[in-house]
Formats: sequence, structure tokens, C-alpha cells
Amino acid sequence: MRWFWIDRFTEFVSGERATALKCVSLGEDHLHDHLPGYPMMPGSLVTEGMAQAGGLLVSEYYGFNELVVLGKISQARFHGRVRPGQTMTYQIEVDTLRPDGAAVTATAQVGEKCHATAQLFFARMGDASQQPRGPRLFRNHNLLNWLNLVGVFEVGVRPDGTRLRSSDYSLAERGSLAERGSLAERGSLAERGSLAERGPLDEALPDKEAPCAGAS
Amino acid sequence: MPSQEEIFEKVREALVDALGVEDDEVTPEATLQGDLDAESIDFLDIVFRLEKSFDIKIERGELFPEDILTDAEYVQDGKVNEAGIAKLKERMPFADLSKFEADPVVQNLGQQLTVRDMCRFVEHKLATA
Repeated sequence: MRWFWIDRFTEFVSGERATALKCVSLGEDHLHDHLPGYPMMPGSLVTEGMAQAGGLLVSEYYGFNELVVLGKISQARFHGRVRPGQTMTYQIEVDTLRPDGAAVTATAQVGEKCHATAQLFFARMGDASQQPRGPRLFRNHNLLNWLNLVGVFEVGVRPDGTRLRSSDYSLAERGSLAERGSLAERGSLAERGSLAERGPLDEALPDKEAPCAGAS
Repeated sequence: MPSQEEIFEKVREALVDALGVEDDEVTPEATLQGDLDAESIDFLDIVFRLEKSFDIKIERGELFPEDILTDAEYVQDGKVNEAGIAKLKERMPFADLSKFEADPVVQNLGQQLTVRDMCRFVEHKLATA
């Protein structure tokens, strides 16, 4: 199981707002314990999804240069149940962005129905995050991989409409990706630029826009 | 310039939202950490709300000067020295530090900061804006 609680961004405007999707699937282990025989998405993981979406939005504003942590859930309200097969749309609006922290308002909708609202507060760790506290568990290439997986550089723009590009950030750890097995075989992400910039998968597998015809 | 009552009401609203406390718990005498259970992360949240509510700019450490409380020049054996007290008075003209001076253990400052102090802080900010 991977700790990814958003599937994809559909909107990402630097320093302002973001929209992300979370498709709830019976394939997720946790749903078989919450609750046995009546699977529904736990509110804690809905909050985590909103925090991941909001955290990436805030972190981008700081140039992805340092740790931004969820410092506090000021408020969270839930209004119903989300079941497997449903899709949540997380909408994040930045309330405050300062050098020392940020606050966002987040909502989770299922269709037209509001499922949850939250106020989340992020603290910027600054120099404190640079202090060594054992082995690093989350490195730049992990972050870059995550940003690519959830499509930040596919939809991300600045308020003036210009595209966000992975090459704008110091995310590639020089030399480290080439030494890493599978990534090395594929060429480092730093060399390739983001998938969004080159779009090889989109070109190879264009979305089928026509409706499905019956099997022939 | 809003009246003292208006300032108190907005401060109360900020504290209720930031700390999840009830309206009637936020009295002028209530201490932020002792009575309202504010933690260090809450101070930044409160600052954000005050900035928005009063349209003011509050710099880091302005409301709660943690830089003084962690500076070896001003703190010895866990207590703020005379130079530190003088510095705190300079930086916190809005706060009544007389009780803290009697036993200037670093942790006491946050414990003794009251809602009234916070209202005075806002008044001070609005007056000097």
C-alpha cells in the first residue's frame, strides 16, 4: 500500500488554488477494515488527501525547497459517507501564505454533494528541517516522482497562466538518480524533464474521446 | 480605530476558531496556554487570523518573542535574566510582565500571556500602523 491519498490534480494555480481527484476503490486495503462488510472512506484519510493536495500547493509556493508539514487541523467537518466507486473532488483555496507558514480551506465533494470541509494549517520548517535526524526517508527524487504521478506539471500554472515546469525547481539530486536501478535504466528524470513536458505517454496513448462502440 | 469592545470580540472570534474553545471560555483574564490550551503552533494560526481580521501585518516573534527566550544572552539556567526582561519589555509593551518578573522561568511567559494582553497587542499594532 502506498501513502497516496490523491490520484491526480486537475487544477493547480501557484499560490492560489488547486483541485484534485480521489477515486475510492474496493481495492484499497483499509476499506476492508473500515468497516467490515460496510466499506467507507475514513474521515482521517479524507483529511490526509486534502492535506496532501494543500501541502503540495503550499510547498510549490516555497519552491519545493524544504519541508512543509501539516501543523494543525483547525477545523474539519464531515457530512456523510463516501463508498467505493465514488470519486471525491478536493478543492483547496489558499487563505494565507507567509514565509513562516500557510493556511488553506479545503472541501471534498462527491458530485454536487459536499462531503467534508476543513481548515488546514501548514508550518514551514525552515532551518529546523535541515538538521540531520537519522537517515532521510523522503528525498527530492521521491517528491519529483510524486509530483509527476499526480500531474502537477501537467496542469500546474502560475497566476499569469504560464506553465509550471519541473526544471524550474531544484528537485533533481545530481548524480543520484543515475545510480538507481530502474530509474537509471529509463534515464534520469532530470535528463528527461517531466513527462508532462515531453508528453511521450500522452502521444503513445492518446485519450479516446469517442464513445465506446459495442464489441464487434 | 475600533473600540476596545470591538477588538475583544474579534480577538475572541479568532481564538474560538483557532483553539476550538467556547465563546464564554475566552475572557480577558484567561491565559492562552494555561486556560485555553494554546500550543506553540496555535500562536501562528492565531496571528494569521488576527492579521486577516484587523488587516494588520504581524511579523514572526512580534506577539511571542521566542527568539529572546531561546537566546543564551538573555536566558540562564532556564530563567530570563535582567537584560532579557528589559528586552521583553521593549518588545512586548502591550503585556503586563510584572507577574513574570517575579519568577522569570522561560515557560511561564506563555503560561501567563492573557487574552487581555492579546487585545492590547492588537490595540498597539493598530495605534502604530
